[in-house]
Amino acid sequence: MKLLLGGILLGVGFAAFPFVTQRNDLLNLGVQIFLAVALAQSWNLLGGYAGQITLGHAAFFGLGALVTRILWIGGAPLFLALAAGALVATAFGLLIGMPAFRLRGAYFSIGTLALAEILRITVGNLMPEISTIPAAALASYNILPRYYLTLLLAVLCVAVVALLVGSRVGLGIRAVREDEAAAEASGVGALKHKLLALMVSTALVGFTGGAFAYYHVSYYPQHAFSPAWTFDALLIAFVGGVGTIHGPVLGALFYVIFKEVLAVQWVDLHLLIFGVLFILVVLFFPGGLVEAWSRARRLITRRSA
Amino acid sequence: MILTQQLILGLLVGGLYGLAAAGLSLTFGVLRVLNVAHGEFLMLGGYGAFWLFSLWQIDPFVSLLGVGPAMFVVGLLLYWILFQFVVKADEETRIKNSLLIGFGLTLVLHTLAIRFWTADERAVTTAYAGAVMRIGVFAVPLVRLSSLVLAFAVLMALHLFLTKARWGRAIRATAEDWQAAALMGIPVGTTYLVAFALGSALAGIAGALVSVSYSISPSIGMEWTLKALIVVVLAGLGSLFGSFAGGIVLGLAEATSVTLLGGPYREVVGLVLFLVILLLRPQGLFGGRG
Repeated sequence: MKLLLGGILLGVGFAAFPFVTQRNDLLNLGVQIFLAVALAQSWNLLGGYAGQITLGHAAFFGLGALVTRILWIGGAPLFLALAAGALVATAFGLLIGMPAFRLRGAYFSIGTLALAEILRITVGNLMPEISTIPAAALASYNILPRYYLTLLLAVLCVAVVALLVGSRVGLGIRAVREDEAAAEASGVGALKHKLLALMVSTALVGFTGGAFAYYHVSYYPQHAFSPAWTFDALLIAFVGGVGTIHGPVLGALFYVIFKEVLAVQWVDLHLLIFGVLFILVVLFFPGGLVEAWSRARRLITRRSA
Repeated sequence: MILTQQLILGLLVGGLYGLAAAGLSLTFGVLRVLNVAHGEFLMLGGYGAFWLFSLWQIDPFVSLLGVGPAMFVVGLLLYWILFQFVVKADEETRIKNSLLIGFGLTLVLHTLAIRFWTADERAVTTAYAGAVMRIGVFAVPLVRLSSLVLAFAVLMALHLFLTKARWGRAIRATAEDWQAAALMGIPVGTTYLVAFALGSALAGIAGALVSVSYSISPSIGMEWTLKALIVVVLAGLGSLFGSFAGGIVLGLAEATSVTLLGGPYREVVGLVLFLVILLLRPQGLFGGRG
């Protein structure tokens, strides 16, 4: 309940933010936070709740970006282009889901990484290494619609994952993570639930890729397929608290702000710090920041009591 | 004709794939730890050779003697700091957590390398770098040929160590069944430590050879990790010469694809091969055993 309230407050705060200031750099920072939330939360559904550590997230992000960009620049209405991007990502997810889920554990992770790399290299070969900026799009560029679209996207990702995880199907998804055989024995179809998690996860990240394409008008097509997107999602989800709703949100806030602040001294310093934090989380704090926080609070309340 | 020349080059690079894979296969086979930072270890070894050559003109084939032991020590430290905590878990968690830790390590090493050595591509260019042996119309670059021979020699030495030396036999026993090995009085923890450090040293030596024959940059890590993984999946675990052969198969497959499909799809061939094999054996590499 407290979390829900906090989430709503955060969302309203961000929605009201452009009324307080119109500074471009701050609004851009907002967009980056929202994209990071969406990226990490969509990964969290499959990697955290369903326990399938995918390293192929970038493939679906890239597909969403690619399809959306082509359609949008071709003149299709934005929302149609975004929907098409999400749809193509989902379709591809389903296509590879059946064979990919034959792999277990680390093999699934490496298999999805290989798949994403194949896609990245192929797109890089087929698409020219130039990035055309339509003059009209550039001239009419306005940050505000981007800000609200990505905010909406972040809220959508959090809400969808929260609702899904809280539902009966969500319980099934988590049961499969804990013990596939036991889940199957209790009548929870493992493949069905994993595919469902994959479908929703890829739809959300496809949408995120599309929003990125709309926000970042000019980039190399291959860039959206870069494994860095997958790595960002993993870092944010794990450091924030994998398998929780608020973990990826907190993680994204920290990640993007850290990145901005530290970039002044050393461009990729945040990767170093988050890389170390990530290792520490995997080894000693499987619950991430969220768990560290609640442990610290318990310690304090026990002292005062 | 072009195909034959490409195949020669593929054979030569294949030896290095084999060497890179042998280290990964050793740690994976013995510790059941999947170190995805293996390619970054290779990158570090490459920079070691590069700096020894640039600063003191030490011949890269000589500096192997320093780079190998140095990376052995790096492996010892990283095992002691990180991976010893991973091997305490059961097998499935062990592989999963080692994958995640390796991933974190990858980011850290990559970022540090860019910071200290910039993102530029570097290569060790010796006086004899351009030397070529001609066989009929075909050209065989001598440096790459020596790398292949050296890679084989290193694997041969490791093979002798694993079969003849006391520690080597302890490593093999631990790989087979660590519980039985522990009951026989083998200090499993120390064996793990040595095996991990050896894997790291192999990566370092491979990196040094890569820096002479090809080029290195902070971002080569993932590419080499993937190559090593492909070879491990191709060749299976447990045989050093299997890895070597697997590496050569990958090199030849890439060469064929370069001729048929053109250079840009070179990396794709191995990855597709990798996925096909994984899908045919979804139970993973240990499936056959139990």
